[in-house]
Parts: sequence; structure tokens; C-alpha cells
Amino acid sequence: MPRMPTCTPVADYGVLVTFADMFEAGAHARIRALDQALSHAPIEGVTEWVPALVNLMVVFDPLQTDHGAVTQAVEHLLLEADVAPTSGQTCVIDVCYDAPFAPDLAAVAKTTGMSRDGVINAHLSGDYDVLMFGFAPGYGYLGGVPDAIYVPRKSAAVPGVPAGAVMIADRQCLVTTLTMPTGWSVIGRSPTQILTGAADAPTAFQVGDRVQFNRISADDMARQGVTP
Amino acid sequence: MTAQLEVVAAGPLISLQDAGRRGGLRYGISPSGPMDPDAFAAAHAALGNAAGSTAVEVSLGGITLKGQAAPMTLALTGGAFEVDHAGTKTSTPQVLTLRPGETLSLRAGARGSWAYIAVAGAFEAASWMDSTATQTVTGLGGAMITTGTRLTVIDPQVRPDRIGFLPDPPAAQGPIRVVMGPQDHHFTAAARQTFLEGAFSVSPAYDRMGMRLNGPRLTPNGALSIPSEPVLRGAVQVSGDGVPTVLMADHQSTGGYPKIATVVSADWGRLAQHRADDTLQFEALPAQEAFALARAHHASQMAYHEALAMPRGSLADRLMRENLIHGRTDDVID
Repeated sequence: MPRMPTCTPVADYGVLVTFADMFEAGAHARIRALDQALSHAPIEGVTEWVPALVNLMVVFDPLQTDHGAVTQAVEHLLLEADVAPTSGQTCVIDVCYDAPFAPDLAAVAKTTGMSRDGVINAHLSGDYDVLMFGFAPGYGYLGGVPDAIYVPRKSAAVPGVPAGAVMIADRQCLVTTLTMPTGWSVIGRSPTQILTGAADAPTAFQVGDRVQFNRISADDMARQGVTP
Repeated sequence: MTAQLEVVAAGPLISLQDAGRRGGLRYGISPSGPMDPDAFAAAHAALGNAAGSTAVEVSLGGITLKGQAAPMTLALTGGAFEVDHAGTKTSTPQVLTLRPGETLSLRAGARGSWAYIAVAGAFEAASWMDSTATQTVTGLGGAMITTGTRLTVIDPQVRPDRIGFLPDPPAAQGPIRVVMGPQDHHFTAAARQTFLEGAFSVSPAYDRMGMRLNGPRLTPNGALSIPSEPVLRGAVQVSGDGVPTVLMADHQSTGGYPKIATVVSADWGRLAQHRADDTLQFEALPAQEAFALARAHHASQMAYHEALAMPRGSLADRLMRENLIHGRTDDVID
């Protein structure tokens, strides 16, 4: 077992910095600390980097630098960044749990042995960390789903789930940005556009930020022009 | 001043692309950009355009365009595509001028999967996150091009000195070069050997997201549960049933399958030009040699661009130049 973190070359344009084999909060804090250190002290030739659950990918231009130089610079940052990351911002996301927007709420209530309101209140009580983006543009994986509403993924994906779906599976929550098939349980809909496409901040929240959900009514949704 | 290209007929997966979108991976946004970055860059070099300008990427499905409003010079590069310009049949790579009312068709020829159309002027294209590259899965940025699309060309120009057939790009043959990993340790030595010695072919499941391969199975080493992690273009990811897929320009930004190897940047374009049923093999390079290869590839592309930038001019000009090169100026008939 190699000592963590490890730096692995990826073709001639990447270094994968791995902190753990499975997700755990301590390793993710170190990933966020490295993420912040990279933005404060850019490495020459590095074009972008991608924080994820157990590792962080550094992408570079092979005409400007190489693995050796990038790995050395990353290891130097790791020595300096081996501290708790600065906490991010808290982003409040509106969500409507009313029936037409929450096709799987009844099933989640049944699985967890709770009432609909019990599931809603448990979801609202969660304190969510933005762990990573993946799968599709603006799909942010939020950790911190309360154990009381743990449900596994469905055995088959449901097609045509609309953008803005607030859904849960395992220990994670996600607000979709596109109409896509999904095997997650849809328990509400948000009118908030998570994927903005702005050049400096293309998403409403970033890895390392916290998310809180705020309940709104179907009338509020209608006022914002969102219909089932 | 603008001109238009009316799309009379278009196959699937034809889109506007610039050099690609940087900085999006951390937000789940793939880089997109051209499937064959070398042919894309050559099209712009042949016209003297700024590198990375917006071009039309044509798929095997082919395209038929009709010029409108003003003449414009176009560069056509990429896999050996057949060209029909107002009834005259030739092939890529070349530069020609399309006049209003004339029709231009590109169709799949002997080989290659992707062709590029660059214009002297600029294609009008929607920028999203500072890039006009079309992400074909979501439709974000640029535009998908379908029958009936009207492409607007801003400031169309005619460049008589650029017209003519272009020299072929530097030849590249042999196995597709990879650096092993980052998860080759999830495979047995036998599976790694099979990957490097086996013959694979491109399956019909090939689009801008990925290229699934037919061939020997590469069964991962025991039960696998890799947490979803960042992936890059060129990654050879192996699904649970042992089937490898090479990730291409519109790949998902993360994935949970082990990656046995990653294709080096120098071979992205060459790999992308393979078609369904084309065969291919992989060869592993040490990471350090991959940099030397990247730099050598860049140098050969730059030399090719210099050759493309030489004015081609009129037939008399070209005869003169070729005779000068061969030291036979006395043969020139005035």
C-alpha cells in the first residue's frame, strides 16, 4: 500500500493526486486544501485542476511542463497546504416538495418508514457539503444527507427527469441542470439555475461551499414561472 | 458585411468547434473542441486564420452547403473526404472559393471520420464559458449543424493566393501510443499484456463522447468499487465486463471505471480518424518519453503549417515556384 497522497502520471498531460481509496471527510478536507493552494499559487504550465471525492486531477500543457515538475510543485504545495481548508460560502437553494414536483417522495417515505413531512424536514435539516462536480455540466454532488432518509439507487434509470430536480441516492443529494435519465429518487424541484455558464463562476456554488435548502410552495414556483 | 452558408443536407454529429473549453472540468464540463485537433489546426493555418478560430466539424455523415450573398474562401482538411464543388469532384485537403449559388459537398471517402471547414472570415457562433466549442451531448456552446441551418460568415474574404490542393499532413502510422494507468494496477499482468498485444477494432459505438472497442476482454482484477474520479480525454476505461472505451472530446468529466491506460495527446487526432471496423493496437511509452513525443509532434505540425502558409497563387505562380524549387526555371513557358 503506497503512502497517501500519491501522484500518478496520466498520459503526457495530467497528474492524479490520490488521498484515499474510499471517501472520508479528512481526505476530502486535504483535497479542498490543495484545491485552494493551487488557486493561490498557480503552477507554471497547469491549465486546470479537478477536485473530486478521493483525488484531485492536475491538467497541464505538455509543451510547457512535465510530470516531474508538476509533481514536485504539487508535493511542495501539499507540505504547505497540509492544514484545514478555508470554509466556503453557504448557498441557499429553494426547493418545492409539492406533489407534482416530487414524484418519488411517497416511495422514499415508505422505504424509510417516515411521513412525507418527515422526509421533507429531514432533507431540510441537512447541512450539505459540495464534494465535487461530475457526470454532466453543473451536476454537484452534495454530501451530508441525513441517515434517516438514506435510500439506495433505483435498479433502473428513469428517463426524462427535468432540470432542477432535487434528488437523493445513498449519502448524496444533487440538483440537476439538464433533462437526463437518473436512478436517483426525485423528492423536489428547485427553480434556481445551478449552471449559469458565467465565465468566472459557471455554477451557483463551488466545491468546498455548503448548501442549505429552503422550502417554497407551488405558488412560489408558479410566480417564478416553473410549472410541473 | 456578412455571407451565409445554407446547409442543404447534413449528417448527424456535425457541429461548430473552436480549440476547446478550458477550465470547465471542475464544474463537470468537458473540454469539447475538435476530434482531430491536427486537422482542425491545419484548416486555419491554410488560410492564415488565428489558431483556435471556430470551424465546422463534419462527421462521416457528410454535408452539402450552398454559398449565399458573397464569395468566400474555405479550407477543407481532415480524413480523406470526397469534395464536390459545383460539380467538380476532388478530395481533401484543399482550399477553394465558394461563390454565391454554388454548392459544396463533403462526403466520407477512402478513410477518416472527421473533416473540417474553416473560412477566410469568421463563423458567427454562440460563446458559452468563453468558448464556441459545441458540447454535443448537452448542446451547450457553438451550435449543432443540421439540414436547414444557416451559418453566417462575418467579413467573408476571397484569398486567391491560398487556393489549391494542400500537401498531405505528416504521415503517422503504427500503434496508438499510451502511458499505462492511472489504474493499471487494477488489472492482472495477463490483462495488461492482452491490452498491449491484442488487436482491437473500433465498434459502431463511436461518437464525440467515446470510442468503444471490440477485441479481447480486459477483465479487471477482482470486484471493483472506485469512487467516481476525474477523467481526461484519451483515458481507456474498462467497464465491468472487460470492454475498453477510449474517452473523446465530449467525455463525462468523472467516472468510476478503472483506466488501464491513457492515449498521449500526439495521437488523439490519429485515433479519432479511425472508423468502425478499423483495427488498432496500443503501445506503452514511459511517461518521460511521452513528453518528447508531444514536443516532436508539435514541431512536425508547425513545419506542416509553414508549408500550408506558403502562397499557392495562380497556376502560373505554382508552376514557377515548383520549377524554382527544382531548379528548372528555364522550362517555364510564359
